[in-house]
Amino acid sequence: MSKTIHAPLRREELEGLRAGDSVLLSGVIYTGRDAAHKRLCALINEGKELPFDLRNQAIYYAGPCPAKPGDPIGSCGPTTSYRMDAYAPTLCNLGLIGMIGKGQRSEAVVEAIRRNGGVYFAATGGAGALIATSVKSAEVIAFEDLGTEAIRRLEVENLPLIVAIDAHGGNLYEEGPARYRR
Amino acid sequence: MRELSVKRIEDTVYALFMSACCEIGEDVLFLLQKNLQTEESPFGREVLRQLIENDRLAAEKKMPICQDTGMAVIFMDLGQDVHLTCGDVNEAIETGVRRAYRDGCFRASVLSPLTRFNTKDNTPAIVHMRIVPGEQVTLTAAPKGFGSENMSRLWMLTPSQGIEGVKNAIVETVRLAGGNPCPPVVVGVGIGGTAERAMQMAKHSLTRECGTPSDDPMLAEMERELLERINNLGIGPQGLGGRTTALAVHIEQMPTHIAGLPVAVNMQCHAARHKTAVI
Repeated sequence: MSKTIHAPLRREELEGLRAGDSVLLSGVIYTGRDAAHKRLCALINEGKELPFDLRNQAIYYAGPCPAKPGDPIGSCGPTTSYRMDAYAPTLCNLGLIGMIGKGQRSEAVVEAIRRNGGVYFAATGGAGALIATSVKSAEVIAFEDLGTEAIRRLEVENLPLIVAIDAHGGNLYEEGPARYRR
Repeated sequence: MRELSVKRIEDTVYALFMSACCEIGEDVLFLLQKNLQTEESPFGREVLRQLIENDRLAAEKKMPICQDTGMAVIFMDLGQDVHLTCGDVNEAIETGVRRAYRDGCFRASVLSPLTRFNTKDNTPAIVHMRIVPGEQVTLTAAPKGFGSENMSRLWMLTPSQGIEGVKNAIVETVRLAGGNPCPPVVVGVGIGGTAERAMQMAKHSLTRECGTPSDDPMLAEMERELLERINNLGIGPQGLGGRTTALAVHIEQMPTHIAGLPVAVNMQCHAARHKTAVI
């Protein structure tokens, strides 16, 4: 049923994915949301080095709850993606090929996904406790002062995702509702 | 006259948020289960299954249902025959919130709007206080996430737009929100009053048990009709397409000005969290 995908991602593997595919993602991904995106793009504008190499990586739009003692992370579902639309094309142009979040993206992001051979995955919003069970470790690697908005390196195992926007023009946020509209 | 220590208020606020952030109400669970039976979309069914499993897991592990444990919205009805003692009630409420968000490992999501510096303890709370007859205090804690809050809208319609205009504004708000507010949503609506009162009614309507119709037969009929129209949008769970876009529509109304027709729509994600206690 679900395809198994490993991160860091391989462009050849993403090419075969289509909007509507169910995916289980394992490997290393990075969290980043509003404030971290603003800082990443500021560093890029200043020509400075980024805290991690974006090439072939996936960013998960998430700001987790604090971990309880003994747990790697607290509840950790996706945040709404459109707020990152202003920054995402810049990151895609530097090699980012995976984005994980929830909700529709702008035309500019759809175009950046097409141009760079990327994929936008939907995680289930509001399923933070369930998603936390797929996270095996979490480590803050940048912008610690941002608290929940810091960039974290996550090791995930079988994180359930749905391909929402592919590099071939497929967009589940348009096709899905059109199918059920009355 | 009944004397009541503000410490009781603090402890109640604490207990309500500890529960609300981790334990979804039976009202929401019932509606998720019910819609799972009728949802036509395979993605929709899969999302609903995940949400039910998530809600079960969160309650079992005392973990937040959603990492967005929200801004701490509180409705407090204070009986006029209660004399609050032992300190500042406003500070007691903030302390209750602060303790709950720390002890529950809930996210500190609150910051200065312009500088974006985080207050680090999720305060201040958003408190709606009313003086009512009697000597009881009723507290409702409703943590409010911003994925849905951001999709809320205030429409200052003209009287000529009438009831049809009101209905269209509500449906249009949900349509424009698409998958962003984490559908299936609960749609809170306030009609009438002033701009700020309309939105306050919309927010208050979300503290009603999910899916219970309004006591006002005219509003109850509007709620039923709007739920059907909204679910015909096809947005579905998480916006991936399906029949379950909303679990319920809740409407409150009050008189307004001869020149106006305010309609406030406060969107609420499926994690429709609200817990009430009477002291």
